[in-house]
Amino acid sequence: MYRFIRTLAFLAAVCTLVAAGAEAGTMDDVKKKGFVRCGVSQGVPGFSNPDAQGNWTGIDVDICRGVAVALFNDPTKVKYLPLSAKERFTALQSGEVDVLSRNTTWTLVRDTALGLNFTGVTYYDGQGFMVTKKLNVKSAKQLNGASVCVSIGTTTELNLADYFRANNMSYKPVTFEKADEVIAAYDAGRCDVFTTDRSGLAAQRLKLKNPDGHVVLPEIISKEPLGPVVRHGDDQWFDLVKWVLYAMLEAEEYGVNSENVDQMKATSKDPVVKRILGVEGDMGKNLGVDNAWAHNIIKKIGNYGEIYERNVGPRTPLKLERGMNALWNKGGLQYPMPIR
Amino acid sequence: MANRVQVGAPGTLILRPPATVGVAGWVRQNLFSSPANAVLTLVSLWVLYVTVPPLVRWAFIDADWVGSTREACDREGACWVFIRVWFDRLMYGFYPESEIWRIHVGYGILAVAAVPLFVPRFPWKHWVGVFLLFVYPVIAFHLFVGGTFTVDIVDLLAGLALAAGTVARFAPALAARPWSPRWRSIYPAFAVVALAWLLLGGRLVGGPLLPVSATLWPLVETRLWGGLFLTLVVASVGIVGSLPLGIVLALGRRSELPVIRAICVAFIEVWRGVPLITVLFMASNMFPLFMPEGVSFDKLLRALLGVTIFASAYMAEVVRGGLQAIPKGQYEAAQALGLGYWRTMGLIVLPQALRIVIPGIVNNFIGLFKDTTLVLIIGLFDFLGMAQAAASNAHWLGFAIEGYVFTAFGFWIFCFGMSRYSQHLERKLHTGH
Amino acid sequence: MPEPAPPGKPPAWQDPRVRALVFQALAIAAALGVVAFIFTNTMANLRRQGIASGFDFFGTTAGFGVSMSLIEYAEHHTYFRAFLVGLLNTMLVSAIGIVLATFLGFTLGIMRLSRNWLVAKLAAAYVEIVRNLPLLLQIFVWYFGILRQLPGPRQSVSVLDAVFLNNRGLFSPEPVLKPGFTAIPIAVAVALVAVFALARWARQRREQTGQHFHTFYVSLAILVGVPFAAAAATGFPLRWQYPELQGFNFVGGMELIPELVALVLALSTYTAAFIGEIVRAGILGVSRGQLEAAQAVGLTRGQTLRLVIVPQALRIIVPPLTSQYLNLTKNSSLAAAIAYPDLVLIFAGTVLMQTGQAIEVILVTMAVYLTFSLLISLFMNWYNRRIALVER
Repeated sequence: MYRFIRTLAFLAAVCTLVAAGAEAGTMDDVKKKGFVRCGVSQGVPGFSNPDAQGNWTGIDVDICRGVAVALFNDPTKVKYLPLSAKERFTALQSGEVDVLSRNTTWTLVRDTALGLNFTGVTYYDGQGFMVTKKLNVKSAKQLNGASVCVSIGTTTELNLADYFRANNMSYKPVTFEKADEVIAAYDAGRCDVFTTDRSGLAAQRLKLKNPDGHVVLPEIISKEPLGPVVRHGDDQWFDLVKWVLYAMLEAEEYGVNSENVDQMKATSKDPVVKRILGVEGDMGKNLGVDNAWAHNIIKKIGNYGEIYERNVGPRTPLKLERGMNALWNKGGLQYPMPIR
Repeated sequence: MANRVQVGAPGTLILRPPATVGVAGWVRQNLFSSPANAVLTLVSLWVLYVTVPPLVRWAFIDADWVGSTREACDREGACWVFIRVWFDRLMYGFYPESEIWRIHVGYGILAVAAVPLFVPRFPWKHWVGVFLLFVYPVIAFHLFVGGTFTVDIVDLLAGLALAAGTVARFAPALAARPWSPRWRSIYPAFAVVALAWLLLGGRLVGGPLLPVSATLWPLVETRLWGGLFLTLVVASVGIVGSLPLGIVLALGRRSELPVIRAICVAFIEVWRGVPLITVLFMASNMFPLFMPEGVSFDKLLRALLGVTIFASAYMAEVVRGGLQAIPKGQYEAAQALGLGYWRTMGLIVLPQALRIVIPGIVNNFIGLFKDTTLVLIIGLFDFLGMAQAAASNAHWLGFAIEGYVFTAFGFWIFCFGMSRYSQHLERKLHTGH
Repeated sequence: MPEPAPPGKPPAWQDPRVRALVFQALAIAAALGVVAFIFTNTMANLRRQGIASGFDFFGTTAGFGVSMSLIEYAEHHTYFRAFLVGLLNTMLVSAIGIVLATFLGFTLGIMRLSRNWLVAKLAAAYVEIVRNLPLLLQIFVWYFGILRQLPGPRQSVSVLDAVFLNNRGLFSPEPVLKPGFTAIPIAVAVALVAVFALARWARQRREQTGQHFHTFYVSLAILVGVPFAAAAATGFPLRWQYPELQGFNFVGGMELIPELVALVLALSTYTAAFIGEIVRAGILGVSRGQLEAAQAVGLTRGQTLRLVIVPQALRIIVPPLTSQYLNLTKNSSLAAAIAYPDLVLIFAGTVLMQTGQAIEVILVTMAVYLTFSLLISLFMNWYNRRIALVER
């Protein structure tokens, strides 16, 4: 009899274990943990790339650091999780990362069916092709019948298919999951063409045995707005990540940078600058962070222009011109929403 | 010539040539007994000639051994410098250099604890087994993960009391002195209270009563784990975790209750019918969706769960083989003694069955050890994954073969050694009775 | 101690039948509980994250290309078509792998039993090395280690200017069928029927009269002669199309992509090591008495092998052999690691990524492999029943 009761009691105890705790919003969660978990690439120079000591640098990384500064005033309070193209959305959906900042293209399907929210555009990009100079190809229109190395499960893969279909050409895709394997396959001659976003071409080119032996074709076959991503349905967190980027852009537009930020805070008469730097208004409070959030971001990380020049600009190995990524009033597409 | 036909080893026909002695005789008998055989021998020698010398030249004579940069490798042969530079990564992944001693200590405890198992007449093997299966995983977890851990003293005491009480109840021979029968009647109530406290106590009271936190060493996140260390962790957790689940499933499959049998058969056959890679995909893509909101587990844990479930199906089949080998008389004798199902199994059948299936478990472990390489497909850097990553590093392109040869060597030593050990056990079991 | 048994009917909780019912009810409840727990959580998660569900995606346009397909496939086809492409590629690599592994495995098994010491040891060394290395490692060695190192299309290794090998694959001439070709398969079928009839007739004659009729050369003549005559009559309706270097790569002819070559080589050499051991155990499992009996009735070595050893050894060999075939099929899923477009890469890889519907995609993938293994177990049960009938 005791045995029977014991069995029942044990089962009852097990059943009560199956009780789920309620969950707070991502921002409270992050504040409690004391750090931001940031999904990054497995190594794309200029965007998110680890050095030999495991320190991460790049535009995408600076967004995460910006979020950490807004919350904790400390750019080191970030934990980076390198993710392949395939893993990235699962990792975000499952809560393994709080923000995905990993050169990810904003599309309708991702925004809706995958349950994600894009917070803005950190880099306006487009897909391009790279071939070896030896092939003497001048245009993507000459690529009929070529083998193309491409990352699996990306918009790149779909754009590639669309482009060849639109131009009535055939091709053979060779797909790998890890970006390093794709570029290695191209370098070993498994394919004639390597395709990815043009910023990616510039970055991955640095990994080739002989970077100068390759040429980027002039065609840009797609629009690739790259930006940070958060989970659907958490507006407070969505707002914070979104405005971190706008703060960086707005700072550049109003001439605030990491060197003059303290001086501007003390002396500037411009009400816009005063609002950005938290001298006037309750911008930070509305976001749920310290009022000096933008001041701290600019001081510790810099404005968008500084970030760009430091990571991918003409003086870096990537040598990417500002182009579309210039501010709207300088002929580009970057248009921050007003901080007021 | 074949005037004297002799049957040699079963299945072979040996046509015995004229009297044979000495080296020449041996050679003639084993290598040149007929024209066809002579041709075969020559072909084999040619195969050896074209493969072995170039291999030796590549791996040893022409190889580069010294240096620490890519430029040190300018000769025709293998570039072992590559392995030297990446050695720590291949062994420990990105585990911080200052903390690697913890892995060594973990290995050391395991080695010291496992030695008695190989001593034939060591008396306390059971206790070593209990240590390895229940205590060591806890030690290893804190050693490898580290960081701050909090223990509620009350919980700890409750847990210890429950463990001691359970031992006293079910294995009085193991306890220091025989316990009074009274304990048996109190035990169920005691167990329910202790379990309930462990499971729910914290929630009822609203927090730990006597918390003690300690940080012995810094936290090393599992994403930094890698190399051979990770391979060993995955394979060991898989095999240790699958043992209890496999036993339960095997008992269920042989149960007389049709529903329980059906559930167990379905579970076993489903996991045995699909490739491990789909199980890993499921673990990494679907487990997060199965959990309540806010519950998430890390990538390694998901992989471990997938591997354990997968391995438990195979383990169940191994254990079932052992259960089937126990003669019916044993069950009948247990019933005649008035033992119920659980005591028949726990005290009579399982101890014998598990002893028989040890070689099978070792074989299972070999299979699992080789299969752990699949975790690289879901983005963990195991031994092979690390070699792959090193070979696609921009500074070290072109040394894939060296990486593969080194990992192959590592895997081979382990698997070959273990398969020899299991064959030895099998022989011992066969002659033992 | 259990309390003394009350006289008469035992209480309900001690009645074994009641207990059995209760335990089973609890098991069902627990299983349903786990399923319900998973189901509600999943549904809540999907709804909260706005992830689509259902199998509607099968009908929508895939939009991605595939490097190798047995059926016509282009970007505008549906996800379902892409699924079929992957399924067929899995079956193709498994089929080729099974044939090669069987051939190599039987060779190895026989080599291990050879009277030639060197041959036996070579085979043993092969088995011990290959069996104790992870399959994925072997796939990597073949793909990244060996095929990756081959020269590009313009420096291809060529055999007689007809077969070319480079880092894009293996290119060989392709047979092009001309009208009238159908006569040849018909002729082959006729020849096969004739050979079987001949063998049957010869056996009957032997059983009735005891006279031998050597069917071998006659059969060979029929098998070669009839199709040849048919080909000659229709004017040899077969042409070979040779691969030619055009633009980026070879065009025309048959192409085997390096991913397929590497996967087939790795799968077959790995599985062959296990098959070799099975074959060896099977032959050794035929009892010694059988051999002695065969020799006592004066059978030759060849006859002993053909009539006594092989039929009995096969009975031991076939069940584990089928499970090796199943293992090979399941192991072909490692294709995902080297970009061979099999079911796992196309469906559980690309389609999963593009649709984001992990649950549906992975369940379908698992169901496919489960079907394979159920079919194989059905075959195995059928075979076991059949040989059991022969025995008694």
